[in-house]
Amino acid sequence: MLEIEIRKRILTMEEIFHEGGPPVKTPLRRGSIVALIRNPFAGRYVEDIAGFMDDLKPLGLQMAQDLVAALGGAKSIEGYGKGAIVGAAGELEHGALWHVPGGYAMREILGGAKAIVSSTKKVGGPGTRLDVPITHINASYVRSHFDAMEIGIADGPKADEIALALVMTTGQRIHARVGGLKASEVKGEDGLR
Amino acid sequence: MKAKIRKIVTVIEETHSEMDRVVDPPTRRAAAIAVIENPFAGRYVEDLQELIDTGEELGGLLTEYAVKALGIEGPRAESYGKAAAVGENGELEHAAAILHPKLGSPVRKVLGKGAALIPSSKKRGGPGVALDIPLGHKDAAYVRSHFDGMEVRIADAPRANEILVAVAVTDSGRPLPRVGGLTKDQIKGEDGLR
Repeated sequence: MLEIEIRKRILTMEEIFHEGGPPVKTPLRRGSIVALIRNPFAGRYVEDIAGFMDDLKPLGLQMAQDLVAALGGAKSIEGYGKGAIVGAAGELEHGALWHVPGGYAMREILGGAKAIVSSTKKVGGPGTRLDVPITHINASYVRSHFDAMEIGIADGPKADEIALALVMTTGQRIHARVGGLKASEVKGEDGLR
Repeated sequence: MKAKIRKIVTVIEETHSEMDRVVDPPTRRAAAIAVIENPFAGRYVEDLQELIDTGEELGGLLTEYAVKALGIEGPRAESYGKAAAVGENGELEHAAAILHPKLGSPVRKVLGKGAALIPSSKKRGGPGVALDIPLGHKDAAYVRSHFDGMEVRIADAPRANEILVAVAVTDSGRPLPRVGGLTKDQIKGEDGLR
């Protein structure tokens, strides 16, 4: 069991009223939460890293909980995604450790969301930006909910850190109008449609 | 609200450790940033009153957002700052109109006091431009532990005809202050300086 050492947490909330089109009645909300943690494997090759996924679970749950609360509760969440930025003394595979605990945490807090949690990751330095992809929580093909949210931290990740991110939205793109599967048509059985 | 707001972004940052030292309680700061339409984009306008009024509206609104994000009562805030970024079709003077004449008074109303000058910065830039909001103690500008700054940015703003307006509020100073100077428990808070 490795200790999770958090240097910073950053919660960002966007309320979008319009994007040049007709203003919506309820503004779209997009939120992200990012934790900067120490990378216990920085600076050397470690073969056996998978156990760290379990160590990250409590952190994931806390992050998901705080983000859901900031966005107005589990019932209001319609889209999600996750991502990681690994500091320069780490490897991309360390970012992959976030897939299970990050995804598990959001599904747990949202009460069993069906769709795969879209994700992205990279290695980078302080100030690196990451465009975290977003899809509908129950059906990946819902076209109106394909979105992304840019995250980043001015002073992280340092070389021996990892930035772990979760993002959620409360609805479709603000002026969604390119057709495809609608949220109202979702069956929600296979996670796709 | 006369200002045409496209979005409002709130950022809360907590520092839990620094150089392997635990920061307990964590230092916390919040920024609220509005993306508004610039009514004077693309042409020279002599009278900037409309943006001056916008500054007054946004001063209160954004401070309320920031304080709410920190989950504190206004008077518990320790430092503050403000900044604006004007899109490419606007003028630096537009940022000045928003920030300087009227924005401060509603900020102070939300925070209870605020004897000190609200430190500010401004710039012109495109979408995603980084805005460094200077921070200083709200009642005594010389409190050295609270000189700080907070970087914020919004990926899709400001567009050419937009302005970003930001207010930042903290409930603490830097994580591990140790360069001396006036401390917060020494302030009189009357002249805004000490």
